[in-house]
Amino acid sequence: MTDASTHQLKTNPRSKWLDVWREFRNHKGAVAGAIIFFGIVLLVLVGPFLWPFEPNSIDIRNRNQGPSLLHPLGTDQLGRDTMARIMTGGRTSISVGLAAMLLSLSLGTAIGILSGYFKKLDGILMRFTDLFLSLPLLPLLLVMMLLFREPLSGTFGPEKGMFILIVVSIGVTSWMPTARIVRGDVLAIKEREFILAARSIGGTDAKIIFRHILPNVFSPIMVSATLGIANAIITESALSFLGLGFPPDFPTWGRLLNDAVEFIQLHPERVFWPGLAISLTVLSINYLGDGLRDALDPRIRGR
Amino acid sequence: MKMKSLMLGVVSTLAFTSALHAERGSDGNVGIIYWQAPSILNPYLSGGTKDIESSSLVIEALGGYDPTGAMYARLAAEIPTVANGGISEDLTSITWKLKPGVLWSDGTPFTSADVVFTADYCIGEPGCYQEAKFEGVKSIDAVDDLTVKITFEKPMPNPYGPFVGSQTPILQKAQFQNCTGTKRQECTAENFGPIGTGAFVVTDFKPNDVIQMKANENYREAGKPRFATLVFKGGGDAAGAGRAVMETGEYDHAWNLQLAPEVIKQMAEGGKGKPVSGFSTAVERLEMNMTNPSADLDADTRSTRKAPHPFLTDIAVRKALSMAIDRVLLTEIGYGVAGRPTCNLVPGPDVYASDNTECLTQDIEGAKALLEGAGWVAGADGVRSKDGVRLSILYQTSTNAVRQDYQALIKEWWSQIGVETELRNLNASVFFGGDPGSPDTFQKFYADVEMYTNLFDGTDPQAYLSAYRCGNEPSPANNWAGENINRFCDPAYDALLDELASTSEINKRGEIGRKLNDMLTKDSYTIVPLTWRGRVSAISNTLGGFELNTWDSELWNAADWYRIK
Amino acid sequence: MLKYLVRRLLISVPTLLIISIVIFLLLNLAPNDPMAQVPLTIPPEVKEKMREALGLGQPLYVQYAKWLVQFMWVEPQVYLDHVLGTTMSEGQQRIFSWQTRSPVMDIIVQRLPQTLWVVGMAYVVGVLIALPIGIYSAYKQYSVFDQVGTFVTMIGYSVPPFFSGVFVIILFSVQLGWFPSVYDTLHEVVDWETFKFQLRQMIMPVMVLALQVTAQISRFMRSSMLDNLNQDYVRTARAKGLSEWTVVAVHVVRNSMIPVVTVIALNLPSIFGGAIITEQVFKVNGIGQQLIIAIYANDLPTVQTITFMFAVLIVVFSLIADILYGILDRRIRYD
Repeated sequence: MTDASTHQLKTNPRSKWLDVWREFRNHKGAVAGAIIFFGIVLLVLVGPFLWPFEPNSIDIRNRNQGPSLLHPLGTDQLGRDTMARIMTGGRTSISVGLAAMLLSLSLGTAIGILSGYFKKLDGILMRFTDLFLSLPLLPLLLVMMLLFREPLSGTFGPEKGMFILIVVSIGVTSWMPTARIVRGDVLAIKEREFILAARSIGGTDAKIIFRHILPNVFSPIMVSATLGIANAIITESALSFLGLGFPPDFPTWGRLLNDAVEFIQLHPERVFWPGLAISLTVLSINYLGDGLRDALDPRIRGR
Repeated sequence: MKMKSLMLGVVSTLAFTSALHAERGSDGNVGIIYWQAPSILNPYLSGGTKDIESSSLVIEALGGYDPTGAMYARLAAEIPTVANGGISEDLTSITWKLKPGVLWSDGTPFTSADVVFTADYCIGEPGCYQEAKFEGVKSIDAVDDLTVKITFEKPMPNPYGPFVGSQTPILQKAQFQNCTGTKRQECTAENFGPIGTGAFVVTDFKPNDVIQMKANENYREAGKPRFATLVFKGGGDAAGAGRAVMETGEYDHAWNLQLAPEVIKQMAEGGKGKPVSGFSTAVERLEMNMTNPSADLDADTRSTRKAPHPFLTDIAVRKALSMAIDRVLLTEIGYGVAGRPTCNLVPGPDVYASDNTECLTQDIEGAKALLEGAGWVAGADGVRSKDGVRLSILYQTSTNAVRQDYQALIKEWWSQIGVETELRNLNASVFFGGDPGSPDTFQKFYADVEMYTNLFDGTDPQAYLSAYRCGNEPSPANNWAGENINRFCDPAYDALLDELASTSEINKRGEIGRKLNDMLTKDSYTIVPLTWRGRVSAISNTLGGFELNTWDSELWNAADWYRIK
Repeated sequence: MLKYLVRRLLISVPTLLIISIVIFLLLNLAPNDPMAQVPLTIPPEVKEKMREALGLGQPLYVQYAKWLVQFMWVEPQVYLDHVLGTTMSEGQQRIFSWQTRSPVMDIIVQRLPQTLWVVGMAYVVGVLIALPIGIYSAYKQYSVFDQVGTFVTMIGYSVPPFFSGVFVIILFSVQLGWFPSVYDTLHEVVDWETFKFQLRQMIMPVMVLALQVTAQISRFMRSSMLDNLNQDYVRTARAKGLSEWTVVAVHVVRNSMIPVVTVIALNLPSIFGGAIITEQVFKVNGIGQQLIIAIYANDLPTVQTITFMFAVLIVVFSLIADILYGILDRRIRYD
């Protein structure tokens, strides 16, 4: 007879989140993505304080210069330093991108789950989604600008007001694909045995949604998140192009890209840098998301 | 021997006749690309420049303006003047004699009945876009088949409104006679394919896309047009159009390339085409708001004459704002050779151009001294104020890369003299639209300073200067449809305007015009002109006969174009 | 399922009606003025008169009712006239565009072939490329193929069409001279030569559009496949001795199709009015270009009509997607 069965466990019970972190750490792509993403965030947060040039300081004598020691990324047609503009612009682009993506993701996931899970809500919520899908974007944005720009400016100040308005505009007009995709997945998952099991042991709807359904629709949500950030950044540039975005002295990445397209043959680097910034951000979030999904998926963890 | 000479004779006859016949339609196809696509080929039902210019290939007016701004006769035999008896001594009537033997493209003769019909088509209910050209007309009569007499209600010093310039071409009565009044819109076939006297005939029209034309067999000049077919493509943007002519050679003419000067230069290095530029009357300017646009005022008072502006009513401030601007630099960066710095609202024709060049030198120190002297003292944050009023300006314009560059530069200069600026750029459709429900239109002027370009048709600025009459300002009473954007009011100005309306001698008119221009610019700085904008278009190196005309349609002499071999 | 289908079809009628009213109100609430693009040289009184002539003075409900009657009653009659040779619609007013003063439906019909050719083809190409990429990327997760695929599709999605379109033109038209930079809308395909030219002028816009589509679809395909490849039934199937091909291509793919079907179904209506920027850059006379020009010119009848047709397609494709869910995954029940 051994004492093994009566032995106390010496090690602590494994925490779920520690497991997730360990799995994440092992995922090389995710770690690389995380490093790059946080690196970019650090650069745009801290960089403008350390960099000698202001993004809006005009220096006519040095206009249209290529990369040099003084201006590593060159200057634009008014002599403004491109590096400074990319860093400052990054603050706006990333914050708008993240905020708008989070808003649209939350709206889309909420509506998708409610619609997929509760049959009674499905009809009306999906028709509501159809309505939003059919609305022409430009007039909708014009109406929102018209109605909300001055009140928001008055309450929060011109810059914060504009930020809120743009984030809400983008968020409110891009949640629909996420809602439909999440709903599709929820419809499928809802019929699986483990949900039936959870219900039969008396699980409330809320518990079932949060503990069982939400983790299993994580994949499409993560994909939507990645695509959503890219979409938000590009939409913000389209908004400035149409005159509905930030004031012209706010250098966002999308705006920098837009302004540079005209000069693509003369100064291709002006297109390259904002394009690279946007692509790197999107790619790093993509790998981050991949890693998160793999780490959170109980079937992959520990394999 | 006989055979040889016979053969020679046949060959030379053939060569001779083929040389003659080789003229019309011998040069193949010509391609034109406009980055705004024509929607309709009837300028009376549309005000758009693209529609006026594309239809000018097909339908023509009695007279037009050549590249120097002088008038020339097109369908008329000559331009009527007082000297040749065409205009009556008392200036109340003008008689046009039509060129004999002109045929419509379907072979029927062009007569004065068509001219009278066209006037009736436009005037009266429900109105037409070019009505303003017929202002003051009492009656138009066909004296005989080749003579038309236009009678005005009062003496008109400038009677060349109707039928001079591509805005008012002649329509064929036989084609359009069932298309008058409310039926006008339904005549789609006629509106898309008007029968004209011009060098080309429409064979296919896809609205907002492309027009396909062929040479008019009944054109009045033998051997013209040299091109057998013409393709007029519209759409896309200026960069694509410039590329299509100068870099890939797919088209022969691109209109109005609003691009940065270095971009145009770089495209020209493609070797297939070259840019051409010319100037008319377009001036990019800053408008100062004489009224208060503050959001704290109620909708009836805001930006109306009931509430004068807190600081822009001080001429020292306006003058200082103008002095701080380096127009030479602005123009060089924004337009290159396609622009000239200017201080005048009316930059041309020469007789109306005041010699006003003081503002071309930037004077930051002078501006600062002027403001100090007027009591505007800088606070701790560098922004000047007086009696609690801060010099804080909201400066708006439409979305356009060059305009945004101007805004950035001007904001910088104004901050150097102690003025704080907030920039705003608005969607062009909204800014220039007159929707009374939108706060962002240039008529509502809910800002302190706004910037855009305006110009006038033809060579006479009377209507243009009359915009600034007292009482002509946009306000809630007239649904914000007024032309006195600054809300400027000066009885002396109005008196001079009345004098201009009754003066006919050109030099006297020039003198009054110059005085009016000065009153708005260097005497009061209500309007701060920045750049006299020319037009840059591109033509292929193999297109001959093209002469850029900024006073009329750019396609005014398409009949004379040919292929350089 | 049949009951569900009938119920959905019935519901779609009031849905579409409400959508059309919301669109109409939105368009009229937004700052709009059909005279916005008319030059400043035309005095304001004349512009006001022209607005009256367009019918803007009438109350909103009258304008809406007119449009509705014209769209639902007059236009179908015109179509039947065209097909059957009757004259039912003679003398009745059709929906007129404010810009061209010609019937809106005529222009849409004129542009439909081009739209289907270029934009439709791009979607087909995009889907055909995206599915295999997504499937194989998931199957060989983290392989070189996967990494490269991810990289290329992500760059493709982050780069907006106003840039990629211009870049492609500069590379292939200006520098290499392979393809024309301006789409020739008058070109007719009558023989092999003209067909080759049509292909040459279509390649660039199709490439640019397909890149956008491929990115979305391949990402969702991949993530959905990854979800399923780790399921127990796959292990069972392999253990049963089924060939790898059968396991992956038949079982896993089918179960992974739901998000993909959603994305494809959501994107298909975009053929009709979604490829706005690409059509502008390449000057293809598609319906997207017509829509954006009409929006800028504040040509409300055109915008209202095209947007409503777009809404009809959305509602129809939503329904098709839902039916497909039911077919792909038998566990999904709607009743």
